[in-house]
Amino acid sequence: MTLRNRPIPRGVSIVGAGMSKFGAFPEKASRDLFIEAYKDLVNSVDKGFDPEDIEIIYVGNFSNDLFEGQSHIAPIMADSIGLVPRPAVRIEDACASSGVALRQGIIAIASGMYDIVLIGGVEKMNNLPTSKVTDTLATGGDILYEIPAGFTFPGFYAAMATAYMHRYGATPEDLMNVAIKNHENGALNPKAQFNVTIPDWMEKRKASAKRKGKPVPTWETTGDFLHDDHANPMIAYPLRLFDCSPITDGATAVLLVADEIANQFTDSPIHIIGSGQASDMPMHDREDLTTIGAARYASHAAYQMAGVTPQDIRIAEVHDCFTIAEIIASEDIGFFDPGTGYSKAAEGVTARIGDKPINTSGGLKAKGHPVGASGLGQTVEIWKQMRGEAGKRQVPGDIPLALTHNVGATGQTCVVHIYERRS
Amino acid sequence: MNEKIQRPFTASSFNQFLQEQKLMGTRCEKCNALFIPPRAICAKCRSDQMTWVEFSGKGKLAAFTSVNIGLTFMNAQGFDRKNPYQTGIVELEEGVMISARLLGFNPQDPASIKIGAPMHVEFLEIGEGEEKRMQLAFRVD
Repeated sequence: MTLRNRPIPRGVSIVGAGMSKFGAFPEKASRDLFIEAYKDLVNSVDKGFDPEDIEIIYVGNFSNDLFEGQSHIAPIMADSIGLVPRPAVRIEDACASSGVALRQGIIAIASGMYDIVLIGGVEKMNNLPTSKVTDTLATGGDILYEIPAGFTFPGFYAAMATAYMHRYGATPEDLMNVAIKNHENGALNPKAQFNVTIPDWMEKRKASAKRKGKPVPTWETTGDFLHDDHANPMIAYPLRLFDCSPITDGATAVLLVADEIANQFTDSPIHIIGSGQASDMPMHDREDLTTIGAARYASHAAYQMAGVTPQDIRIAEVHDCFTIAEIIASEDIGFFDPGTGYSKAAEGVTARIGDKPINTSGGLKAKGHPVGASGLGQTVEIWKQMRGEAGKRQVPGDIPLALTHNVGATGQTCVVHIYERRS
Repeated sequence: MNEKIQRPFTASSFNQFLQEQKLMGTRCEKCNALFIPPRAICAKCRSDQMTWVEFSGKGKLAAFTSVNIGLTFMNAQGFDRKNPYQTGIVELEEGVMISARLLGFNPQDPASIKIGAPMHVEFLEIGEGEEKRMQLAFRVD
């Protein structure tokens, strides 16, 4: 079938975007992270704005109920920044929660019901020990039929990786290229959880061993380091630690307004011209385990709505919760043919200075993956890149069109947005 | 012709069948599509005219992993970082796939596991006392 893909009936613009620092912050509660993201957003609105004018707030959040023991998080976030009694709505679609929240905000404005909408995303994951985080993330899978088989989240994507490697001849080393690239980008992103390249990480480990008088590891290359079972342990074959996004606390925020009032906020708004969302069955019911069907549907709908093609898109932020996920995403959004994504990554096509830069922010891998905040975090990066405000990681040249690809869980949800800068 | 099985098309029924060492799914009476796990409504034609069918339990490996950082309930069975468990997706000879534990592979050498390997169902007894139950697994032939 084809999903509904008519043009957005009323133009929608981003006029501000912000994020908290991503990382592990024992001293910060979810609302503290959200306040930090909101303040960053406030500073990003060129002409300023009156928070009084915000009409509704949508908050993406996956599982604060389990992570922090606090549900009903939307009014709490609204209250934390002084926005009650405005309606506050929590959106939960696993790791796609805030990408879907963005889409709900677009729908709210496009419908004519609202003109000024605040979108947020937040996840506070580090209160729980790793074993409980593993269990909590697994609730995004099918608890009746997938989880009893022992699937963890790395396990799901690891299974996709084995299917992909078997069909296309890719190797675990091909996957590592994604981690190396995303850490290179993350090293240039001051908000990233891992603000360091993998070679620098390796050297730091050596220096630390030397300082402590311990045996200094003999790694000479990044490959040596990434193949070391101690430095880069197996999580779920073929995925090792550096193939996985981290456990992250973080929040994100975006201010959406109707196109016709965007110039009250900034002379450089970013327009959202395409939005597609799709759902899918659990993995064992899918015809093909080497692609995420919902991502293909969502991408197609977004491209059709926007009236553009993958060739027109200059940069993309995609959902690299695991290295294999970025390779599959780069194919699902139409950048590359099926089965070629891994070699394009190896050739540097997706590097910051490549033809099709992917995850200039560092991606979920290096920037961090506060599940319910991640989708909107992609939008924050696109906002910065399209306006030329990405600092040391700025992609050279104009970026007239960009795309975000945000996956929920194993791909049972995917939401894709296309952004335009008009000069 | 067998008498039609009168059990609701639920996970509870599916698990009850597992305890009886039967691998059961559903077939749409309108379009003949097969489903395992069972579905109450046909995903192909949306008919709710479903009937239980037993699957042979023979198939081949479609995707797999070996999990070092496992779920709490699996760790309670003695698995850990150094003793990973294997899980995956098996394509049954009837043409549909299912998620299950995998048995018979060398846990220390996951790279030797081959997609396409022939597999057969095994009803794996886990838990103690009142917690004792059959879990769905497939063993390499």
